[in-house]
Amino acid sequence: MILDRLIPARVAGIDSLGPTLKRFRFEPESGRFPTAAPGAHILVTLRGPERVWKNAYSLVTPPDQRDGYAIIVRRVRDSRGGSHFLHDHLRPGDRVEIGPPASLFPIASLARRHILIGGGIGLTPFLSYVPVLRARGAAFELHQYCTDEETGIFRELLAEAGAGVTVHGETSRRSFTEVLTDQPLGTHVYTCGPAGMMEAVEAAARDLGWPEAAIHKESFGGAEGGRPFRVTLARSGRTLDVPETQSLLEALETAGIEAPCLCRGGACGVCLTGVVDGEIEHRDHVLTEEERAGGRLMATCVSRARSDVLVLDL
Amino acid sequence: MGIEFRRDERFRESFSYRNSDAGVLRFPFPFGEDRYMYSVNIEPHTRGGPSPAFAHAFDVDEHYVAECRERALVLADDPGRCQVLPHMMPAQWDTLELLMESLSADYPEHFSLTKDGDAWRWINRPLGLDQSFVFGRPETLPCPPFEYITRQAQGDFTLQDQRDDNLFVDGGMVTTQADWSLDFDIGMSFHEWHGPVPLAHDIGVFDRALRFLLRLQYGQPVRRLNWTMTINPRLDTSPENYPDWGPDRTTVTPENVADKVHLRVELQTLFRLPRSNAILFGIRCYLLSVRDIERVEKWRKRLHRVLTTLPPELAEYKGLTRYRDTLIAHLAAGDDGAALSPGIQPDQTALAARS
Repeated sequence: MILDRLIPARVAGIDSLGPTLKRFRFEPESGRFPTAAPGAHILVTLRGPERVWKNAYSLVTPPDQRDGYAIIVRRVRDSRGGSHFLHDHLRPGDRVEIGPPASLFPIASLARRHILIGGGIGLTPFLSYVPVLRARGAAFELHQYCTDEETGIFRELLAEAGAGVTVHGETSRRSFTEVLTDQPLGTHVYTCGPAGMMEAVEAAARDLGWPEAAIHKESFGGAEGGRPFRVTLARSGRTLDVPETQSLLEALETAGIEAPCLCRGGACGVCLTGVVDGEIEHRDHVLTEEERAGGRLMATCVSRARSDVLVLDL
Repeated sequence: MGIEFRRDERFRESFSYRNSDAGVLRFPFPFGEDRYMYSVNIEPHTRGGPSPAFAHAFDVDEHYVAECRERALVLADDPGRCQVLPHMMPAQWDTLELLMESLSADYPEHFSLTKDGDAWRWINRPLGLDQSFVFGRPETLPCPPFEYITRQAQGDFTLQDQRDDNLFVDGGMVTTQADWSLDFDIGMSFHEWHGPVPLAHDIGVFDRALRFLLRLQYGQPVRRLNWTMTINPRLDTSPENYPDWGPDRTTVTPENVADKVHLRVELQTLFRLPRSNAILFGIRCYLLSVRDIERVEKWRKRLHRVLTTLPPELAEYKGLTRYRDTLIAHLAAGDDGAALSPGIQPDQTALAARS
């Protein structure tokens, strides 16, 4: 399968799941969508009247469903991404463009048991995991942590997930340490949710002596702003400002520069760009310690500048 | 218009393998420059480029039927040439899906795939196969899915599982290999199975290649060309049957060098697979005799220059040492030293008659 362009699609339907949660269903303009990995995400290109968003969302549909993809999006207050556009403006029949489904959060092939820990909307990748794990006859538990108000919504989303699923509200929830204690050797844990929660899961697993290779975190969408800086593009001589609420990648896109990207969360390495001058604040998960120290490559989607100016090889 | 298959050629005993003129011109000649050295020469496997062999996800040519028969002969003799570790079953189905969908889309006159949910029907006209089966249910196929579909494809395939920030060769169909053994390598990590390659480790080629491949994305396969030389058009040059082909290297003479020595090119492709997150590595082998290479002026001169300047470690690793001088002496007369265009394309559209 060679997918060298975006896939034209349209909105087949929008389901309201709760006050801030909607499911968006897409169907291809022609043919079928590519087989998507369990845990895959897609980059959805949304063309609003004033700007274009490229946002990454986990698919909640299983690999063999190729006549339609679906995502679930929470409307974020003060969103600078596209969630308000999706929620407030997107209508059935609207056209969108979808990138090839990418997998940075795969199911471990040699795991003997899988513990899935979701936080809030971080449940989404696990909705595509569950049918796959069941079809493979794999042993798994799913623990979904959420607010009391949303327990009903998530219970309903998981209604067909079968045994081994627990939805934890705010009161009397089990701690991560309790969930991870006494699991057999060969168990892997996967977590997706707010950064603080994922770090807590990771810390609990480490404290219990879990090997690093058995701990998996979904890592896209963690981009946050920071100190503003200026960027000079060495090849074209152009200069742009990156404000504190925007990523370098977004600033490049706003300026109309074709910048490569995929996960938008510092995990895939597609956006790595040469740096000619300036000091980088690395926030990605891709570069080796040596490459970081070398200071000549940066992930534009998450990393920023320590110096006032960065000169990029663009 | 379909491909006209050369059904009767053999890659052993009579060595009746030949390329048509069109087959010569579509050969993926591996030397874009007058010198050769290892590099991370990986590029996107997009359709098109300097060789027609790059036009499709999986290249099918006039040798398809004969190569599938050769594979069956090797497997009958040594079933261990196809092995897949138990945790790779999702990757087996991924491979079957990728090959069936690619071949039926790219060569609809030869292959067809129809689906009704999980009920699939596969028709392979060149091999005369019509198979209905249930996707995901191995018992509905005559053999496991990876073996089933790679018996119907040209070139070797391996399956790399990705874990612990490394790749492990946890499966393969390997019957047309340049002197390496799946049975020996299976389960090895990336640096382990590349252990025997000289020089490249020291310049960091494998460290960089591994980091690149760990990030390989679904839908964006990559390719590279690799090469060696083989005496006689023999596909199965495996360590397992070295006694059958190793001594051939001693039989090259100035009189027979152009017919005996073949440039062996591997079009290597790497595909990220969806369900398994494994990587499918295709090693598609092309053989072209020196006599046919000489019919393309640019290739004739460039091959002479590459062989003349090849580092001795590489010549030794590729097994050329015994006959390299004979070959260079043969090619020298056809190289006037004129500058050649960069790139691998032949720069001509027709061939002189065979000398």
